[in-house]
Amino acid sequence: MAVILTRDLYKTYNPDTIPVHALNGVSLSIEEGEFTAIVGPSGSGKTTLLNILGGLDSPTSGYVEVGGTDISQLSENELIDFRKNHIGFVFQSYNLIPVLTAYENVEFVMLLQGRPEKERKERTEALLAAVGLADHMDRRPSQLSGGQQQRVAVARALAPRPSFILADEPTANLDSHTSANLLDIMGKLNHEEKVTFIFSTHDSRVIERAHRVVTVEDGVIISDEGMKR
Amino acid sequence: MKQWLILAWRNIWRNKRRTLISAASVAFAVMFATSMSSLQKGGWDRMLNNVVHFYFGYGQIHAQGYWDEQTIDRSLELQPDTLAVLSAMIGNKPIVPRLESFALASTGPITMGVLVSGIDPSGEDSLTDLADRLVAGQYFTSQADDGVLVAEGIAEELELAVGDTLVLLSQGYHGVSAAGKYPITGLVSFGSPELNKLMVYMPLETAQYFFGAEGRATSLVLGLDNVKEAKAAVSLLRRQLDPAVYEVLDWEQLIPDLVQARGLDDAGNTIIILILYLIIAFGLFGTVLMMTKEREYEFGVLVAIGMRRRLLTGVVWVEIIFLAAVGALMGMALALPIVWYFHINPIVFTGEMAQAYEQYGVEPIIPTVVESWIFVKQALIIFGMASLMALYPWLKIRTLSPVQSMRH
Repeated sequence: MAVILTRDLYKTYNPDTIPVHALNGVSLSIEEGEFTAIVGPSGSGKTTLLNILGGLDSPTSGYVEVGGTDISQLSENELIDFRKNHIGFVFQSYNLIPVLTAYENVEFVMLLQGRPEKERKERTEALLAAVGLADHMDRRPSQLSGGQQQRVAVARALAPRPSFILADEPTANLDSHTSANLLDIMGKLNHEEKVTFIFSTHDSRVIERAHRVVTVEDGVIISDEGMKR
Repeated sequence: MKQWLILAWRNIWRNKRRTLISAASVAFAVMFATSMSSLQKGGWDRMLNNVVHFYFGYGQIHAQGYWDEQTIDRSLELQPDTLAVLSAMIGNKPIVPRLESFALASTGPITMGVLVSGIDPSGEDSLTDLADRLVAGQYFTSQADDGVLVAEGIAEELELAVGDTLVLLSQGYHGVSAAGKYPITGLVSFGSPELNKLMVYMPLETAQYFFGAEGRATSLVLGLDNVKEAKAAVSLLRRQLDPAVYEVLDWEQLIPDLVQARGLDDAGNTIIILILYLIIAFGLFGTVLMMTKEREYEFGVLVAIGMRRRLLTGVVWVEIIFLAAVGALMGMALALPIVWYFHINPIVFTGEMAQAYEQYGVEPIIPTVVESWIFVKQALIIFGMASLMALYPWLKIRTLSPVQSMRH
């Protein structure tokens, strides 16, 4: 079943002044449980594509269906709620809330969802244990290493039980050992819990582990290497 | 809700130094405004209390038109039961009669204008504590005592002492000549320098005889204890008494000049405090501006991961309120001992400053008042100011694009 379906996506920035065509007719379908890397050089349009898939940006034209919902039809608040309930985000620079502990960061989106405290506690502890940070729950981001922060970010992204996770260059700020460790964790979650991961990346280590690699250049998909699982 | 409050509280301490500086500026404004307001209110309350409690009372009944043209010809005729009937109307509060008119007082070659006030000795004492104001001699013992009590300013001016004779000359009821010699049985002293140079007291019956106005009084002073009682009693009397015959005035109508002067002083004080708060507001706004700008990226992330803008704005609003509240509480904590100290030990002006005050009929003593409303008012101003500050982050968050924010 397709978690994400796009048809003829176009995105043009500054259409009235100096138009920049970031996407030029992207059609893509991503199935549940995929571990997909979107690759391409800087300026190729992969971040724009990821933003549109995450409901953070809207296409100039084309169709985006996420989990069976045409997200272009959603109002601002509906879109925020949609992201909260269906999409997990992992950012390049972690973006944890600095004044909250690792535990509180992971719990945060479940608080927004209004989940009961017992459920929040169980899930937070389980996720932090899954990413190997059971002993670091009470630490704030400034007391964690980059790799540990990114693992908290992955746990946070998983907390609301999203349909899929969008990870924008998740290993860009990590050393090779930490990157490998993080990819192991994400691979395990993908394999064991069938979590769908979509990465935008330059990192060859991520590309090596991806089951599918979609290459974007000048706003079009120039290759889509199928499932290699 | 608890978690959002915790988040807001922790957020204000991200930059401790900046928060403390901002809070300190708010604290200074609150301390200054609270102390200044307490001092100003204390001064005015004392002055009005002097004037109201020691002379005018919280309300008076006169013959219609007396207050506009204060002549003995517009006095009231007192029937034997008049005071009892009026007292019953206002819950048996005392009604104290006075017969007052101006006269020339002289001794030897020196003459000055005075206000002769015929009083019911026991009633007047219970109303204005007149006996307590004696600084020499003794108080009246009956309505028919033949002596007078003279304010010490007059005694000083006329070079008189207890046991000396005061000559009074005036025009009595319906134009009769009023002249008499009265032994001075006591000297009284008032807080108000104006009253100190004005008042000559004699028992009511003696005054009625002096002015040829037997059985008459120019004013009936209501023996009320506070503003609230006055409001109710005056309104009741106005409804029940014939307005063609009587006029009933409350204390604000009796001393309109002072009430107006207080209003002007209040307005001046309000302007100064507003300017102060405006300056502080700009400082606080600088903090809010920086706080918003440096967290634009984070706001974008929060909206991206599913935090509604309204909730985010609410958390930021609480942060600003917390920041201002820390300052306001610090300011109040600093102001309280200052206000309390000057409440117990009022500022007493001496020398030229005291003379300047006395020229305006004001006692040169200024205590502060310790009133919760003054503190609450500052807190409300700070709350309003902080809420206004929150408009900026609200506007920013409302128009924020997560993609743009995360690009910075």
